[in-house]
Amino acid sequence: MRPWQKRAAIIGGGLAALGVAAALALNALNSNIALYVTPSEVVAGKAPQGQAFRIGGLVKEGSLKRDNLTAHFVVTDTVKEVPVAYTGILPDLFKEGKGAVVQGKLGPDGSFVASEVLAKHDENYTPKEAQQAIDKAQAAAKGKP
Amino acid sequence: MKENKLIHWFKYASPQSFYPLAGKMIPWFWALTAVFGLSGLWLSFFVAPTDAVQGDGYRIIFIHVPASWMSMFIYIVMACWAGLGLALNTRLSGMMAQALAPTGALMAFLSLWTGAFWGKPMWGTWWVWDARLTSELILFFLYLGFIALQAAIDDARRADKAGAILALVGVVNVPIIYFSVKWWNTLHQGSSVSLNKSPTMAATMLWGMLLMALCFWMYSIAVALMRVRAIILERETHTEWIKDLAEVKQ
Repeated sequence: MRPWQKRAAIIGGGLAALGVAAALALNALNSNIALYVTPSEVVAGKAPQGQAFRIGGLVKEGSLKRDNLTAHFVVTDTVKEVPVAYTGILPDLFKEGKGAVVQGKLGPDGSFVASEVLAKHDENYTPKEAQQAIDKAQAAAKGKP
Repeated sequence: MKENKLIHWFKYASPQSFYPLAGKMIPWFWALTAVFGLSGLWLSFFVAPTDAVQGDGYRIIFIHVPASWMSMFIYIVMACWAGLGLALNTRLSGMMAQALAPTGALMAFLSLWTGAFWGKPMWGTWWVWDARLTSELILFFLYLGFIALQAAIDDARRADKAGAILALVGVVNVPIIYFSVKWWNTLHQGSSVSLNKSPTMAATMLWGMLLMALCFWMYSIAVALMRVRAIILERETHTEWIKDLAEVKQ
């Protein structure tokens, strides 16, 4: 082995070892890196009790109700649901059927009081006209028996 | 006969022969930057349609996505040069790594900055400690650390070696940034463009973004070449060939 090959082997080996160490560390920290828990995890009791955390999921269609300045809605992962109450201004992209991340505390009755609501956008970018065409087609399909 | 036609690539590993070559390439890369930049901006701001959900605010992606891509890619290239320098002890490798770092830092900063401006109206917050944003911030700090470490050591060869080790250690962060949106729950959305599925955006939007990405590539190459020429002049200032250069003699 020539000297440069030896050095290259040391670099390669070092990087491989570092990669394994990073993978193990990240794996161990998995639950701490996640920004939010899902409604299923909350219902299963995996959410931290008595301290603030975040729930992420879809805002259930037809669940948004306003009562003075407080918005009530349901966050779902299509399996389990958590009712949320939030007093404040909702972000522009906050919509029923779209993703949202809410931060706050879980009450004793299983409802969630949010102190912050963030809209989670998906990776789809569509022109307005195309979206209108899709909406129309879907509405037409729904209208038919 | 055939022997003569081969380009002797290793010739360009010496600063003396790379310096004039880089000088010849720089105007071409600037020209390409202008071509891709103008066509990309025109497509991005005048042709690409308004997004159905985000309105015109989505147009930040024409800067944000190319800058993020470049910030990750430049880091990998920088680490490759650093590794080559450590293994082969070539002088030019360390200079290339040093020349790339400020541009990489700029791209990482642009990515974070434009992302924050997009995040406020769309998500409802400037910043959130999710895996994607945090790992990109770490990348920015890695660039700054690399620059600071190299600047702190007076002996250029030792500075290169110390910087190279930092650059190589930091390279584990790049796949973490890229896959963070897949591995963990993040507020940041997943990739719109990736190698294993068709893009989830309209064609003109995609073309605008790709042209801007090409523009950022050309800009990065042009600036890195200019910077490496300055570094060569600085480090080799004691040599005969530099004293004989036309631009130095004046």
